[in-house]
Formats: sequence, C-alpha cells, structure tokens
Amino acid sequence: MNRYYWIIGAFAALVALLAVGLNLNPRDVPSPLVGKPAPVFKLAVLAEPEKSVGPEDFRGKVWLLNVWASWCVSCRQEHPVLVEFSKKVDVPLIGLNYKEVRGDGGFDMNKMPADEEKKLALQRAGKWLSEHGDPYRLTVMDLDGRVGIDYGVYGVPETYVIDKAGVIRMKHTGPITPEVLAKKIMPLLAELNR
Amino acid sequence: MKRTLSALALLFCLFSTSTVSIADAGTEAALAADPVAEKRLQELSAELRCLVCQNQNIADSNAELAQDLRREIRGMIKDGKSNGEIIDFMVTRYGDFVLYRPPLKASTLLLWGGPLLLLIGGMLALRAYLRRRSLRLADEKPLSSEEIRRAEALLQENEPK
Repeated sequence: MNRYYWIIGAFAALVALLAVGLNLNPRDVPSPLVGKPAPVFKLAVLAEPEKSVGPEDFRGKVWLLNVWASWCVSCRQEHPVLVEFSKKVDVPLIGLNYKEVRGDGGFDMNKMPADEEKKLALQRAGKWLSEHGDPYRLTVMDLDGRVGIDYGVYGVPETYVIDKAGVIRMKHTGPITPEVLAKKIMPLLAELNR
Repeated sequence: MKRTLSALALLFCLFSTSTVSIADAGTEAALAADPVAEKRLQELSAELRCLVCQNQNIADSNAELAQDLRREIRGMIKDGKSNGEIIDFMVTRYGDFVLYRPPLKASTLLLWGGPLLLLIGGMLALRAYLRRRSLRLADEKPLSSEEIRRAEALLQENEPK
C-alpha cells in the first residue's frame, strides 16, 4: 500500500509541474529594462516629419509608449482599447511605429531608397490611423527598427509605462486587453501619478 | 505503400529545408566580405536565442528580428567590440533569456542545481530501497527442522508413483 502512495504522489507532482509549466506564457519574457531609464532616441514625428522628439521631451510626466505598425494584426485587436483609453485618461500615449515598411514583408528593401521608404511609411501609418482612430498624442517613426532593438522589442504590439523620471516601470508584450488595462496599467498609472 | 510515400515526403522535406539554409548562408556570407568577422558572427549568434522563434538561435532563425540582430552584431564586430561587449548589448535589451547558457545567479539556481538535486534525491531513494530490501532478506530465517520435515512430507505426497 505504502508503495502505491509513492507512485500516486510522484504522479501528482508531475501533473502539478506540467500544469504550471504549460500554463506559463513563453512570450512573457521578463524585460531587463524595467527599472532602467528609457533608452534615448530621436525620431521623426508622424504628423510633422521635420520635427523629432525623444523620451526627454516627456520628462516630468508619466507616459506610455506603445509599439505598433499597420501590418501588425494584434495591433488591430488592441487598438479600440487604446482609443477608449485616450478618451478617458489624461496620460500621454506615444506611438512608436515599428518598421512600418520593411516589417511588412511585401517590399524588396534592396530596391527601395531611404527617402522613398520614409515617404511610404508616413503615408501608410497616417492612413491607418485615420481609418482606425488615432489614440496617440504623437507617433514617432522607427523606420529601421533600431530603436525597437534598444527597447528590446521582439513582438508587436508592446507597451511601456515610463515614469516622471524617465524610468521604465512596466513592459507589456502583446495586445492590451481591457483586463490588462484595468488590472495592471491603470493601478500603476495611479500610483506613479500620485 | 503509404509508408514509402510518407518516407519520401519526409526525405523531400529534409532535403528542401537543408538546401534553403545553404542558400541563405550563401547570401549572408556574400553580404559580409570579411570571413573572420563572419565566423565570429556565427559563433556569437549560435549562443543567442532568437526571441521570435524561441527554439532557434539567432544564426539559424530567419525571423526578421534575428536578421536585424545579426546586422547589429555585424556592425559591432566591425567597430571592434569584444564578444563580451556584444553579449552585454544583447542581455541589457532582452535579458538573460537570450543566452543559451544563462549565468549562475539566485534566480537561475534551481535551473543549474536542479539536475544535481534530482541525482541526490534518486540516490537517497535508491539507498533507502536497498536498505529496506536487505532488512527484509535478513528477516527471512532459515527453516526449522520441523518445517523441513513437513515440506518434505508434502513433496513426497505429490510425487508420482
């Protein structure tokens, strides 16, 4: 009898291990950037391409950086949530448009000159926002994804919460659902804005 | 017949994927003129996990991010950065998760110590089992003369005449 308890116990332990392990999200990679200053960038603004902004322009404010692109399917899913958010909450939401043209996969980048890529990116991003609504205070254009690498972007959409001192306080990978917004982001924003 | 067909299909898959990767390696090598730098890139990126397809390293992955990261690493090699600096660049952005050989620290203690722990646990269990077994064997006393007599009587009873 004693022996059967052992076997049943070992089996239960294995089931418990697998239940926990298989329910973890392998995409949920903890970002080493949380607690670190937001990486510096200087990128052109979508609405005024001759102007460029960086994280230091938002010093003293709690703000959100949302990585998106018009080719990104999950961005479409989270977009209504962001539009709602921007109507209700007075926290600057900054869009980081990630590889608008070269991320799409439908273009031969060897044949496209840089200025043409920029023109096309601005046009595509602008069109997408006018179609789906623009929740962003402003959007900056990361054409080659170089800033994305500095922020450790590996899947779009991603969202960063940055505090008044310019330190990243949270990173969310994947679309923002109403639940994530209510349970994780809003409480953090309230705490940081206190 | 079905089996031959599926074997052929498998062979075809294997063959086509291997030719694809050879072709890719060719174009990538053409991009970098310096074979020494390219060798370093291969070595480095074999140590780094691609975050998009998590079971591939950056050298093997065709994901866009892996291509971008290879481009970054190439740039850093050209700038004369050491391997340590390049690995640091990756870790500060993507965390220890990009390393196929994560460093030993508090959060990875179970990862590194786990196999040893299992080994020790297994050895303890084996020792307990062997000890109990030898006790059980020792418990079995030899038969008394009375028992031997009875056993023999029983055996003779069944003996064919």
